[in-house]
Amino acid sequence: MEASKVIHAIYNDDDVLMNAVKQVKAAKYHIDEVYTPFPVHGLDKAMGLAPTRLAICAFMYGCVGLTVATLMMNFIMIEDWPQDIGGKPSFSYLENMPAFVPIMFELTVFFAAHLMVITFYLRSKMWPFKNAENPDPRTTDDHFLMEISVTGNQNELESLLGQTGAVEINIVDKAH
Amino acid sequence: MYTLSNRLKIVSLALIVVGAILWGTGYYTSHHVTQDDVKIMLAEEASHGGHGDAHAVADTHATESVAHGDAHATNDHAEAGHTEVDHGDAHAEHVMHQIHNRPYSALYIAAFFFMMIALGALAFYAIQQAAQAGWSPLLFRVMEGITYYLLPGALIVVAIAVISGDHIFVWMNPDMVNPESADYDKLVAGKSGWLNTTGFVIRALIFITGWSVYRYFSRKFSLAQDDAPAGDTRYFVNNFRISAAFLVFFLYTESMMSWDWIMSVDPHWFSTLFGWYVLAGMLVCAVTVMAMITIYLKSKGLLPNVNNSHIHDLAKFMFGFSIFWTYLWFSQFMLIWYSNIPEEVTYFITRIEDYNLPFFGMVAMNFLFPLLLLMNSDFKRVSWFVIMAGVVILAGHYIDIFNMIMPATVGDRWFIGMPEIGAVLLFAGLFMFIVFYAISKQSLVPKGNPFIKESENFHY
Repeated sequence: MEASKVIHAIYNDDDVLMNAVKQVKAAKYHIDEVYTPFPVHGLDKAMGLAPTRLAICAFMYGCVGLTVATLMMNFIMIEDWPQDIGGKPSFSYLENMPAFVPIMFELTVFFAAHLMVITFYLRSKMWPFKNAENPDPRTTDDHFLMEISVTGNQNELESLLGQTGAVEINIVDKAH
Repeated sequence: MYTLSNRLKIVSLALIVVGAILWGTGYYTSHHVTQDDVKIMLAEEASHGGHGDAHAVADTHATESVAHGDAHATNDHAEAGHTEVDHGDAHAEHVMHQIHNRPYSALYIAAFFFMMIALGALAFYAIQQAAQAGWSPLLFRVMEGITYYLLPGALIVVAIAVISGDHIFVWMNPDMVNPESADYDKLVAGKSGWLNTTGFVIRALIFITGWSVYRYFSRKFSLAQDDAPAGDTRYFVNNFRISAAFLVFFLYTESMMSWDWIMSVDPHWFSTLFGWYVLAGMLVCAVTVMAMITIYLKSKGLLPNVNNSHIHDLAKFMFGFSIFWTYLWFSQFMLIWYSNIPEEVTYFITRIEDYNLPFFGMVAMNFLFPLLLLMNSDFKRVSWFVIMAGVVILAGHYIDIFNMIMPATVGDRWFIGMPEIGAVLLFAGLFMFIVFYAISKQSLVPKGNPFIKESENFHY
């Protein structure tokens, strides 16, 4: 197990943080992670993170939901126990389709939303009873924390972060 | 600052002239159709088996007439019951009237379509003012340009409605409410307290006056704010106040306008969410036209501060309002389909049997197409993509209005031919000329708006 040093620069405003991230990136440092109490728009782009693929998942989950709804309603209302819907006993899924549209819509949304949240948790390695990873509890309240690994340029980095408006700069030994 | 180029003037003039010629030809040819021509035509169709569908429709209508217990043999009207027995002269006369109605309806649909773009833009603009939106002030001059068409456009719509009379609005025929007449219709007579020509004109004038007065003062305050000394936001605040008041007025009058100007073409039929439905279509078209004009002006380098986040936001509204439109379209359809009450469901039976392609094609154009095309966040920032989606959306909503008016006035005698295309070109030319004239009048940046800085720095 190798111990490595990281710098924790703490900010108390999201606009200051955004500008700091841009300056640090411009100075060609690699930002390991940023912890924020709320989502900051455009932060992922500023940090140079790869675009999220969650939207593609959501679309596919929605398609699954639509399929499930169609098959389910076809089984329940047409095949297993044929129903006379709205006084139109056609016993055809297609002809009764308008009655099923609300269900198809709801299950599309239900599948997309729930599976997307579950995917997000799995992808972020979050599960019940897991210990929090954020190094400073203040990042759940009103502070923003930028984590950068130190590789022999500690002084330069500290002065750069100082200029960007960090309210606090800590050097932390991080066990890997 | 934009100057109206000669090329644009020539293009819009050419559109007006070509459109007028096409429409005029369509009018001339259909107006000279006599009852004898129709008989020959019907005989030919019958021998080709082409009239089979219309017979099926006739059956439905006949049932409906019986259900109503009144023989409304009004010949101007597609819904009017023509029974199987008198398929001779009465039917020929009915079809002749439908053929005569077509150019009037074509003109009315196109006039309404372009008017509703301006009206939707006015509502959208008022929402921006009332919400004190920070992203949109850079687009205010474009919106104000579009709303300039509202006054002439709405007056033209009302003029066409009144001049066409019972060619479009069957209830304008005095025989419909005359108990002595063979054309007397109990239901229309029962609604004559609201549906009468005098009331129609008075209400139309109230609507148009209200909208135009708001438009006049809002534009005036918007321009005055530019010249106001720094820190003086008096005009901005005034604009906020009148916009909030206007939105209340608008929601009532827009709803009533949709009953008067559209829903009353089928005077037996009614839908309680019709006003919302028309509003949704109106807003999609307005935002689409805003996006198109913004992209055009930006491509000329005239809106340097408009960035792709503004385009992205407009495209989001195009997407969102398209979904909203579909929601209302489907809500209206499903409730009527489910309950299956004859006097309501006849509306959709006519459309599904006689207008199958435009009716379902429009759902594909107005829902599936924008849903799949504009879902991706990155596509919403690509100008040519927004334009392409916008063209389909506008065409789709034209067909939406077409489906609202045509089945009531021409029945199954519809086609998108010379009068329809001519009328669209005519009003497209007029719209383009008036809107770009208004845009050329003032600086494109409302520099006095207190949120202009936020709008310039806008990013999502």
